[in-house]
Amino acid sequence: MLFAVLAGFIVSILYIPFGRFLKGKLAGLAALLPISLFAYFVSFIPAVSDGQRVTFHQPWVPSLGINFDFHLDGLSLLFSLLITGIGSLVFLYAAPYLRGHRYLDRFYAYLSLFMAAMLGVVLADNVLLLFIFWELTSISSFFLIGFNNDNAASRKSSLIALGVTGGGGFLLMAGLVLMGHLSGSYSIQAMVETNEYLKNHVLYGLILLLVFAGAFTKSAQFPFHFWLPGAMKAPTPISAYLHSATMVKAGVYLLARLYPVLGGTDYWTYPLIIIGGITMLYSAFHSIFRTDLKGILAYSTISALGILVFLIGIGTPQSLLAASVFILVHALYKASLFLITGVIDHETGTRDITQLAGLRKVLFPLAIAGLLAALSSAGLPFTFGFIGKDLVYEATLHTDGVMPIILTALAVVTNIFLLYAGLLAGLKPFTGQLPDRYQRIHLPSLLMWAPPLLLALLGIAFGAFPAIADASLLNPAASAMINKPIDTPLKIWHGFNLVLLLSGLTLALGAFLYLMRKPSASGLDWIERFNNLSPKHVISQLTHYVRHFAIRYTRTLHNGLLRVYLLRIVVFATLLLAFRLFAGGNIYLLPGYLTPLSVYEIAVVCILIAAIYLTVTSSSRLTVVVATSVIGYGMCLLFVFYSAPDLAMTQFTIDTLTVVLFVLVLFRLPPFLNFANRGARIRDWVVAATFGAIITLIGIQVLNQSFDDAVSKFYGDNAYILAKGKNVVNVILVDFRGMDTLFEIVVLSIAAIGVFSLLKLKLKASEKE
Amino acid sequence: MKSTILNTASSYLLPILLLFSIFILLRGHYHPGGGFVGGLIASIAFVLHSFTHGTDDTLKLLRIHPGVLIPVGLGLAVLSMFAPVLIGDPVMTGLWFDEPFPVIGLIGSALFFDIGVYIVVVGVVLTILFTISQYSE
Repeated sequence: MLFAVLAGFIVSILYIPFGRFLKGKLAGLAALLPISLFAYFVSFIPAVSDGQRVTFHQPWVPSLGINFDFHLDGLSLLFSLLITGIGSLVFLYAAPYLRGHRYLDRFYAYLSLFMAAMLGVVLADNVLLLFIFWELTSISSFFLIGFNNDNAASRKSSLIALGVTGGGGFLLMAGLVLMGHLSGSYSIQAMVETNEYLKNHVLYGLILLLVFAGAFTKSAQFPFHFWLPGAMKAPTPISAYLHSATMVKAGVYLLARLYPVLGGTDYWTYPLIIIGGITMLYSAFHSIFRTDLKGILAYSTISALGILVFLIGIGTPQSLLAASVFILVHALYKASLFLITGVIDHETGTRDITQLAGLRKVLFPLAIAGLLAALSSAGLPFTFGFIGKDLVYEATLHTDGVMPIILTALAVVTNIFLLYAGLLAGLKPFTGQLPDRYQRIHLPSLLMWAPPLLLALLGIAFGAFPAIADASLLNPAASAMINKPIDTPLKIWHGFNLVLLLSGLTLALGAFLYLMRKPSASGLDWIERFNNLSPKHVISQLTHYVRHFAIRYTRTLHNGLLRVYLLRIVVFATLLLAFRLFAGGNIYLLPGYLTPLSVYEIAVVCILIAAIYLTVTSSSRLTVVVATSVIGYGMCLLFVFYSAPDLAMTQFTIDTLTVVLFVLVLFRLPPFLNFANRGARIRDWVVAATFGAIITLIGIQVLNQSFDDAVSKFYGDNAYILAKGKNVVNVILVDFRGMDTLFEIVVLSIAAIGVFSLLKLKLKASEKE
Repeated sequence: MKSTILNTASSYLLPILLLFSIFILLRGHYHPGGGFVGGLIASIAFVLHSFTHGTDDTLKLLRIHPGVLIPVGLGLAVLSMFAPVLIGDPVMTGLWFDEPFPVIGLIGSALFFDIGVYIVVVGVVLTILFTISQYSE
């Protein structure tokens, strides 16, 4: 299973050297990866529907509790199948859609990366592992949304998406760490066992807040929803993949996954119902004013996500089953509609709903797909959407108190708008009179029209024969959420009851709305007038102010004068150290324990003092460089005297190289001038003397502390036994604290890249002049 | 720099210093030394050569740009960290051959990590210094 998750990462790396061979006609071969993964996950269906759970364990960083723990139950399986199944179709579809695109290889690399990250999210059992994959989905979706990187709007929306989801991820991490810390294990399955403790803990509210922040930003819940319509700047296959089955469902998945750990309390239920309710209504209402096909789909997607959050909030077994059915329903019809939109855009060059009509004559198979998808989204009987919608109403009706009336009303109104939006996207472009300018359009390649048709047909097949999916997939998914087996077969026909009445009402009103209301630009103008109040506007204003503050701050504190920086750093450090020193209790002015001075030490110290004097007083730069290097070598000698050969060697080589560096830079400097006036000099003297005095005092204090040698004793004792090395310093560097060393060399590399790129950039600019 | 003695000496010093740096690198696990110091000494060897022969000559001698060494070294260090995962141990477990090799001594994953550090240090120092020196010329 580890390989199944990592396969996408491996493939995306392989695209770097081999990608250019897969740009032409072979591009569709990329789909082999998701197809084989899909087959792999399909093979788990029998086991999972029997109630088994497949687990996988591989230690990664056991000391921090981070392990490759994967856990496959009904919920994970449902998502894995969606990710790989719709992924396969999108991979196939994108080959003709982006044929001849300059960065087709890059596209598939990002897509594989993203798919692997999504699989990681839904399969991970360790919350920290889940978080890592979660962030990877944010990052890889940033690449995907900004795929048209020569378009400024596209770059901006990808940044917004990354900002919103990344910010939420940051909070989510805090929440997950808190959960792991309190329950004593980072495994979700273990947390399920100790859920009572978590729910009664003082910090429960905080955990919920942090987790909700992560889920809401990812799943585009109000007021964080605005990144999703912006993300429509991506090529349509990406939108189809991100917004139907994967990225935005990750937040929903997280809530569903953590339901057995955190869910079921009032603190869980009400925020989710309220936010989910606002989101579903707000964006369903917005969707009917859009004229861009992708805009309609974007807002109806947000609305569907709202419904899912809402259902998980209600938290009854019925509502959770409704949620898992609706996840599948929505994924099928929404992916289909997105892919249809992609073909329309590709062939006609427009997505404006007021321009498109009569396309059934030229794009017949797509018209069927559009019709079926629209029917499923409308929830007509014998479509899968019908079952989904029934279950939603069923769930809202079976809540306590006055809730049923309000919640059901909310759901009905939302569904009416959604129905209208679905018909607009799936039906409207294909009906009516075909304009002359579209007469010569012809059907694109099979790979482009077959996937949406297949998805739409599946929506009908599951609707007519719900037995295919319910016991094998959907009941296990819901039972994974409530952590006990449920077995509620899905039915096409519930008899004449209130639910059927509501369904009929939804259909009638939605159809009425569709027939009466024509989409127009004036409607869009009307809704745009409220833009100033929208969360997007507020947040973009906020970023504007933050940027201004940052510019001011930078101009004041980072004015580019090295001497000012140095002065500030030293003064600040002095103040901090002095505070700690004088607030820390007794101050000793004389070291408690002194070794007798040797002649060598006195000699070295004299040399050091002479070199320092020369450094401060000389007016020749070369002299100063030589004098400072003398100081460095003097320090080396001191290290040698106090038996620290490793330190001495390193210091010696570093000093040599520093002199070389200085000499190289000196050539470029203007002649030496002394700008400092008398006042500035006195100030510098005072600062330097205070700093020196403080450091000396601290040194003396350190000598007076009783020295705890437990750590050094451990290293000394175990260097040979555990790491087979006799040089303790080196063993610490490459073995005990190897991770630190790795980060240090990474930092070094960044420094080198920085110097290289800065200077090379400069070279080119001067060449232009 | 115009100095016949230094000029001649640096041609001989380059291989000697490089050998010395490798010696320092390999003995690091038992005696003072290690990848970091070894890398610095190797860089000094090349820097000395560039002082007398010019940066361009040294780059020609290297054949590859020193910047290329950075990803190579980082890759080696990371690989040596993750190698234990392949046989089911956690990351950064020290793996060692049972028998010491002639001349080198015991070989383990930590040695490869150290070699990675060595390569990165050479790459970083030479990239910085050569970039600046070319800029200065």
